[in-house]
Amino acid sequence: MGLPTPDTGHLRRAEYATVYEPAEDTYLLLDALENDRAELQAQRPTVCVEIGSGSGCVSAFLGQVLSPYGALILSTDINPAANGATRETVGKTASESVFDQCRTRFVQGLDGRLAGKIDVLIFNPPYVVTASDEVDSTIEAAAWAGGVRGREVLDVLMPQVPGLLSPGGLFYLVVIEQNRPDDIISEFKAWGLSGQRVLSRRAGIESLSILRFIKA
Amino acid sequence: MRLLTHNMLKCHVKNCTDPDKQYPLRFKDVQIEQIEYEANEEFLVRMLPRIDWVALVKTAKDLNIAIPDSVPEDPASDQDFLQSLHTIIMETHVTEGSMVCDGCSHEYKITKGIANMLLAEHEI
Repeated sequence: MGLPTPDTGHLRRAEYATVYEPAEDTYLLLDALENDRAELQAQRPTVCVEIGSGSGCVSAFLGQVLSPYGALILSTDINPAANGATRETVGKTASESVFDQCRTRFVQGLDGRLAGKIDVLIFNPPYVVTASDEVDSTIEAAAWAGGVRGREVLDVLMPQVPGLLSPGGLFYLVVIEQNRPDDIISEFKAWGLSGQRVLSRRAGIESLSILRFIKA
Repeated sequence: MRLLTHNMLKCHVKNCTDPDKQYPLRFKDVQIEQIEYEANEEFLVRMLPRIDWVALVKTAKDLNIAIPDSVPEDPASDQDFLQSLHTIIMETHVTEGSMVCDGCSHEYKITKGIANMLLAEHEI
């Protein structure tokens, strides 16, 4: 029996016009988290962070996945409308976790204190292959435009990830084939994180995968 | 924003590196709201080692919130301590105002309960 998809119906309101709506990439990530439910609960995560939470669908879903156990689930986004949308979504979703939102890029402002303390880190990055100057060109484009190979935003975060995770900490990442997932996995391997594709699905022209990394 | 989350925020302005001053961020002109929330003791006990207690005490005292000076030896079996911890980190929300860094004086705004930690390009 599947967990319900968090209600994001409020995204139809004009104030949330700039917020990325849950789509196939979001649902693949939800499925990957649900598949790992037993493992995640056994790990008993205490501090979880979602970068670029958008609608808040994934943060809210993570709360459900971890229930009956509670965690602190912090959701960041550079877009204040996304911070508000996330707040509404997590507020509508029943779980034992406590949620807070923070307007920031990646984990800036949190990384000093949370270095080595994040048990679950989630990022559905702007992965679409675009021209470099489209990255961050508008608040909407910031949600999907990934620049060269769709990697320009992810590449900024990547070197920081190993230092953020707690021992045994998990990092979930959404990618498309153009991002070269195998290269990403080998780069993380060099930093001591073992990774694998846990789920893949074709959606229109996108060949999506969820990569999961674990810090030894 | 819960005081729990505030405990995780640190100034990240470039060249602001004095660890004694960039953390914790000092609240300024804040509105506080107490929102009742069901206590989860098992979570509180797990969370406790991730909390910077010295920073929490400093912040709570700034806001005139009563707080034990130190963590008891066996917090899991100390109901009074857990209740007071719960009230402080889970039920106390900052809805408006700002947070100031004592190192570089940067002010981070809090609007509708959400802290804005974004910096301009030249500040990073």
